[in-house]
Amino acid sequence: MMDSPLREAPIVAFEIIVNGEPRQVAVDVRTTLLDLLREHLGLPGTKKGCDHGQCGACTVLVGGVRINSCLSLAIMHEGESVTTIEGVGLPGNLHPLQAAFLERDAFQCGYCTPGQICSALGMLEEARRGEPSQVTEDLDAGTVVLTDEEIRERMSGNICRCSAYPQILEAIRDVAGAAA
Amino acid sequence: MRPFTYERAESAAGAAKAAAETPGAKFLAGGTNLLDLMKLEIERPTHLIDVGRLPLTQIEATADGGLRIGAAVSNSAAASDRRVRTLYPVLSHALVAGASAQLRNKATIGGNLMQRTRCAYFYDPAKPCNKREPGAGCSALGGDSRANAIFGASEHCVATHPSDMAVALSALEAEVETVTPSGAARTIALDDVHRLPAATPHIESSLEPGELVTAVVLPPPPAGRQEYRKVRDRASYAGGLLSLALAGERMALGAVALKPWRAVRAEAALAAGASHAEAAQAELAEARGLGRNAFKITLARRVMVAALEGTPVR
Repeated sequence: MMDSPLREAPIVAFEIIVNGEPRQVAVDVRTTLLDLLREHLGLPGTKKGCDHGQCGACTVLVGGVRINSCLSLAIMHEGESVTTIEGVGLPGNLHPLQAAFLERDAFQCGYCTPGQICSALGMLEEARRGEPSQVTEDLDAGTVVLTDEEIRERMSGNICRCSAYPQILEAIRDVAGAAA
Repeated sequence: MRPFTYERAESAAGAAKAAAETPGAKFLAGGTNLLDLMKLEIERPTHLIDVGRLPLTQIEATADGGLRIGAAVSNSAAASDRRVRTLYPVLSHALVAGASAQLRNKATIGGNLMQRTRCAYFYDPAKPCNKREPGAGCSALGGDSRANAIFGASEHCVATHPSDMAVALSALEAEVETVTPSGAARTIALDDVHRLPAATPHIESSLEPGELVTAVVLPPPPAGRQEYRKVRDRASYAGGLLSLALAGERMALGAVALKPWRAVRAEAALAAGASHAEAAQAELAEARGLGRNAFKITLARRVMVAALEGTPVR
């Protein structure tokens, strides 16, 4: 490992599509996708919890796939399509999963909620595509039944320090059941 | 995070050449391990070569009835592939036993292989670590060794390799395809990729500087049962205290050494007619506890016997 001879990091300019809108950005190459969203694009709905991929508060969808935006450089997503909680639904036009979180009281402080919701949306698509989890018994089936055990396992990358897990499970189950 | 320059690779051979020619360069694919370590300034690359968009995302059948998985395939995509699920279930199970869904969606097969240890002392820049700084000393020796190695450790390093996937690949006798900085393709047996620490724990693999993993190749699936078992402190999203991959008559252990630990002694004992308990004992004859991790020897024996018996555990 070599110590850095660089005094300053380069600025990188590129286009990224966020919530359906093409955005031109020019940022320090070290900027994470999370910091790009929060600090440069005025989208603070995505939350910074641990900043190390352990808590899931920063979960966003890239091309419909959930990832931790804190462990990704913004430049890695040049030209890609990112969906944040602001793109999922806003007051007056909530996504059914957002409505279910309200209905089920699936949070206390709310800090993990945007990550929980983006994560759950990605998770529902993964299950619809038949992607297995470690509690999926029959790998040959190629389909997934979203039991409570499956939902809990698939959501283990999202921590809720207020421990609203029973209500989060109920809210996701409501929407998963409606979609099934 | 220290400053660095960034380039997006145009070809695997070009990436390998650039990496060898650029001091302080590192490959970036999913970034889930490297960026975490860069934030902690444990990794301090001065140049990143982004290989995440190289056309290494195919999973394809090989002529001999095996499967080639491109190095840039995500952990999720590999685990979900129909051929992996049905022909190599041990690999699918091992992949989904690792990390969280978000990380698996981003992390690649090549990155999973080349990820660095989770030894608590490696992650603590305030403590000496021979991996971080050769010659500094090992803080895990004499420290809290609970997570550390029982096989193949040295007085210089007692860390373990954290991959679940690699344990399954070892039992499946996979091979790793690479491209060297000179542009040559090379194939390395999975068990020869990672190195035991000896006196140079900072040299972690048999890959030469700049050499890039391009694919993992699975031979035709072995006859017999395949299974992956992982024992850990919580049910999900935690590193293993011990894991085991069984693929027919082959077996490997995880979280016990600085590489996936192919249980060749147990395999040989079984082939010679030993009982399951005798086979486990044969493998564990060379295991050495460090104090707090001595429980892993007992645990390894129980997990091996349970896996061989087919006793369900969850």
